[in-house]
Amino acid sequence: MQSEPDPSKDTYRLWPPGPRLLAALGASALVALALAGGLAYAGGLFTPGRLTQRAIVDTFQKINGVHPGFRRNHTKGACIAGHFESNGAGQRLSKAVVFAPGTLPVTGRFAVAVGKPFVPDNKTQVRSLALRFELPGGEEWRTGMNDIPVFPVPTAQDFTGLMTATAPDPATGKPDPARVSAFFGAHPEVAAALKRITGRPFASGFANASYNSLDAFRFVAADGTVTPVRWAMMAVDPDVAEPADQPGTPDPDYLFDDLAARLARGPVEWHLVATIGQPGDPTADATLPWPDDRQKVDLGTLTIDHIEAEAAGNCRDVNFDPLVLPAGIEPSDDPLLSARSAAYSVSFTRRAGEPKSPSEVQFPAQGGAPQ
Amino acid sequence: MSPAPMSPAFPAFSRLLHWLMALMIIAMLFIGIGMQASLADYHWLLSVHRPLGIAILVLAAVRLLNRRVSPPPALPAGMPGVLAFAAHASHVALYALMFAVPLVGWAMLSAARYPVVLYGSLVLPPILPQNDMVFAILRTTHTVLALALFALILAHIGAALMHAIAFRDGVFQSMANWRLRPVRACSGASGR
Repeated sequence: MQSEPDPSKDTYRLWPPGPRLLAALGASALVALALAGGLAYAGGLFTPGRLTQRAIVDTFQKINGVHPGFRRNHTKGACIAGHFESNGAGQRLSKAVVFAPGTLPVTGRFAVAVGKPFVPDNKTQVRSLALRFELPGGEEWRTGMNDIPVFPVPTAQDFTGLMTATAPDPATGKPDPARVSAFFGAHPEVAAALKRITGRPFASGFANASYNSLDAFRFVAADGTVTPVRWAMMAVDPDVAEPADQPGTPDPDYLFDDLAARLARGPVEWHLVATIGQPGDPTADATLPWPDDRQKVDLGTLTIDHIEAEAAGNCRDVNFDPLVLPAGIEPSDDPLLSARSAAYSVSFTRRAGEPKSPSEVQFPAQGGAPQ
Repeated sequence: MSPAPMSPAFPAFSRLLHWLMALMIIAMLFIGIGMQASLADYHWLLSVHRPLGIAILVLAAVRLLNRRVSPPPALPAGMPGVLAFAAHASHVALYALMFAVPLVGWAMLSAARYPVVLYGSLVLPPILPQNDMVFAILRTTHTVLALALFALILAHIGAALMHAIAFRDGVFQSMANWRLRPVRACSGASGR
């Protein structure tokens, strides 16, 4: 590089701009453009057709309307509390502290799987149980389970497709049959999964229903052994099938009121049961059941003894992100898991910043709490 | 008419911290933006985002201490006051944001009652009580401050290129210098 030592008054001369200054400005502009362009690309600015977590939540809002302060799905719910007593049987499968023998506090939420806060309970077909196990040292295990045997779709793309295809047509108030059959024609696996879901035994309430993780996870043992699992909360209360036709106008909140009445008679229990996957069992597709003969391990007992309406600081303000996991439980290759985690985060962030209004589900002053 | 004085190089440890953090922070900005628009990669990007953010926070503290122990070389005496002021002010802002962005991230996760998992069973304690409105405000603040940091980094790179290409006063070489021993930085001209 040829350059004479510059007189200092010229070294920092900005005006009139010399060729060196213009070269520096040009180089700066190029670097800035490359970095800003790269960041915009990473943020999806140049791929507007790509399905993002924001788009998924937008679809919920388009179909259900925006209900400020409420979850975008599983909107109507109530908060529960109790404990989990581990029997230690899970220790050989997972090093997670939750499976060491002992008792841990658990909070959670029962809900119906609809994105509208005031939907009558009898207009819903899926019930959910979300739980938050608090482990020593700040670790947590959060899980969101449903009372269905398989998930209706294998991917987030299909989930959005199914929601859109089966959304009520604004003109008729009913789903457009042509769109519905076109979607199921193109997605036979979704039709098959929905057949399993609608054909399942339907329990009469929250207390005697069983809830499945649906997605597969990986249990990691202390020695590093990895075991594919799906887990379930199996009801201890007797399974009473829901009567097909209920005369008269049912209590719109009968599921929640029945649960509160049941809790007033005493705590309700479930067994946490892990189903052990064998090589070849599908872990990346939640629409496919695992064979019935797979080994099932009872890991302990969940006892719920308290229910309360959603309020500031309780389950209302908790994101039951299925990938809040303790060491010893890891996500499988199921693509729904990361997508659920991402979409839940958007739903949580949106509702956190919105004004809140009371839930449809409220309980009399003494509640269903025995204590 | 005297030649522009050349800046001595930064100490090797200071340069190491600078370039390491440059890589980490730029990677962090891409991870932070990218994970909000990716379904498949959201989880693993978030799993990297948290410990990387805390590492940046720790290194920012190390760097601030290191600045006291081995101060940076003075700017060239001939630099006009307004440029020297811009240099100092932008560095104060860079340091402030290197602390603020990860701290706001930690605080917002605390307010949302997310466990701040670093690795395995290593979880940081919450630094704020649970409050979803506070979370919402901090969540927005986190993005705004991160984008401000990005803009400042672009300005910083622009200023560095001005020193390298236009001013040729040795300031660029004082940091873009790969020698282990802190010798005086040389521009192309000074060796003659």
